[in-house]
Amino acid sequence: MAALLTDPATTGPADAPDGVEPAPRSARAARRLTRQAENRAQTRLIVGDRRLARVAVLAVLAVLALAWLIPLLWAVVTSLKSEQAAASDASWFPADGFTPAAYVSVLTAGDVPLWMLNSTIVAVVVTAVTVMISAMAGYAISRTRFRGRRLLLALVLGSIMIPPQILIVPLFQEMLALGLVDTLAGVILPQLVAPVMVFILARFFDAVPQEILDAASVDGAGPWRVFWRIVLPLSRSILVAVAIFVFIGAWNNFLWPFIVTNDPALMTLPVGLATVKNAYGVQYAQTMASAILAALPLLVVFMMFQRRIVQGIATTGLGGQ
Amino acid sequence: MTLPSTRPAPAGPAPAAAGRSAVAPTRRRRRGDLSGYAFAAPFVVVFAAFLVWPVLAGAWTSLTDTSLMAPGGFIGFGNYAEAFADPQVWQTLWQTFLFTLITTLPLVLLGLVMALLVHTGLPGQWLWRTSFFASYLLPVAVVTGIWAWMFQADIGLLNSTLASLGLEGVGWLTQEGVAMLSIALVTVWWTAGFNFLLYLAALQSIPASHLEAATLDGAGAWRRIFSVIVPQLRGVTGVILVLQLLASLKVFDQIYLLTAGGPNGSTRPILEYIYDTGFTNYRLGYASAISYIFFAVILIITLMRFLPSRRKEH
Repeated sequence: MAALLTDPATTGPADAPDGVEPAPRSARAARRLTRQAENRAQTRLIVGDRRLARVAVLAVLAVLALAWLIPLLWAVVTSLKSEQAAASDASWFPADGFTPAAYVSVLTAGDVPLWMLNSTIVAVVVTAVTVMISAMAGYAISRTRFRGRRLLLALVLGSIMIPPQILIVPLFQEMLALGLVDTLAGVILPQLVAPVMVFILARFFDAVPQEILDAASVDGAGPWRVFWRIVLPLSRSILVAVAIFVFIGAWNNFLWPFIVTNDPALMTLPVGLATVKNAYGVQYAQTMASAILAALPLLVVFMMFQRRIVQGIATTGLGGQ
Repeated sequence: MTLPSTRPAPAGPAPAAAGRSAVAPTRRRRRGDLSGYAFAAPFVVVFAAFLVWPVLAGAWTSLTDTSLMAPGGFIGFGNYAEAFADPQVWQTLWQTFLFTLITTLPLVLLGLVMALLVHTGLPGQWLWRTSFFASYLLPVAVVTGIWAWMFQADIGLLNSTLASLGLEGVGWLTQEGVAMLSIALVTVWWTAGFNFLLYLAALQSIPASHLEAATLDGAGAWRRIFSVIVPQLRGVTGVILVLQLLASLKVFDQIYLLTAGGPNGSTRPILEYIYDTGFTNYRLGYASAISYIFFAVILIITLMRFLPSRRKEH
């Protein structure tokens, strides 16, 4: 970073047509400039130099993006209307102006904050535990030799094909037997099994150079220390990608939490919202306000980390060739 | 699949390590055995308890007439015989296929088009990526909440837009024949962002030098896209296609919340039939049998997808 700050050669794009760029004031600004230069080069490479082509592509992009954003904008607008205005007409600008009333009543009167807490607990626990045990299992399959390793790998691969939805009946019976129906543990436990993630992580660990691991164990590090201090830090990008997928899955999971919980105090957001829709009946502004509140946490996280997320997916090999 | 370039310099201890492993292979093997078990153990426990066991228990249940209230006796393949003769199974299975047919192609194509457009590097990267992926991050209850509101008969956005154009409103979720298309529309809007992201990641791993070489050889923009970029996406397209087929076959949530299978059961997918049979009619044994039939169908479809491609590679 320091080099980027001081070295004039790297601050601006080398092939910038408009001469000298102003010196960037921070590392972040410097990175943004490099990125812009890369994007310009990319545009020239793919779209070509013709202005008309560029404008046409931008127009298509804008139309598609608008089509994708309109339902979201419509939800935001509705959530900011009074209940009366929301129920009477479909105008983008209500006659009696915008009001935060729906948000206030959802946050103070309903169960939404509680469901948000439940969802957060479930998603955080599921993500932390799943990533940890999947990484350990992936490491065992990739880097250790034990009797039954091949069998485990075969079982993991085979189970990727099993849609978890067909297991709802036996899982429910199991939870009934264990007394875990209507508990958060009952919501969490079946979501900890992620064979796909074990497989992806094992394939990534296969590529860690053996010399690094050997050097560490010669230096006296035990297997756990090698895993914890060498392998995991080397795999940060893939761990982030896996964690994001597991988190989105757990946060948005509907069918299993819906089946295993009846007590509104234990519901996660998707389940709670699906029932609140009936409870509130025609209160559209409130329904939309709770929808926006439910969507916000993941949206903010994605907006902040979107570039890292795309890079992370590229490292899973899912997006690669 | 690249690793951070933090390779240590060839370390002094390396020869020593080689020496040691040659001297004591058995001891190393034992230690590897033990730590392998230790690392695998936590996953194996949850895997056995919440995947292997339910698969076996479900197979057993499907051979009994168990209800939610009481365990039932062994009835052999009675449930399976009943399922094959049950028109509901065939109808809901057909509706699941129909949904898969009308969603897969648009979802894969739109994901590809979105990714190609964004990959051009035109200004507004942050906005484009966010617009296309944001909807994928919404919980299903939010998605269906928004769209039920959009589909509203008289004050919904879609029908009032039609009305302002002088057109008649559509019963988006209440008309047979239309409802399934509406659900497909919602699903495309909701999940195209995932395929978009996978394609975008794949595009970014294509080396720029390929394109530069093509440019030097005089290839125009269209040539570069269709002769250089698109062929490189064949691998990821295969992955996306399989993931998309599996995801569409497993449709339940958005249908249950938007139409609950209606009107007249015309949108009910097989997973909803399984849910209704098990948790509304309490017939767990029969529900399990339908689950396993459905699983067999999924397995056959997945194998059909994989076998030809493997033959092609060799």
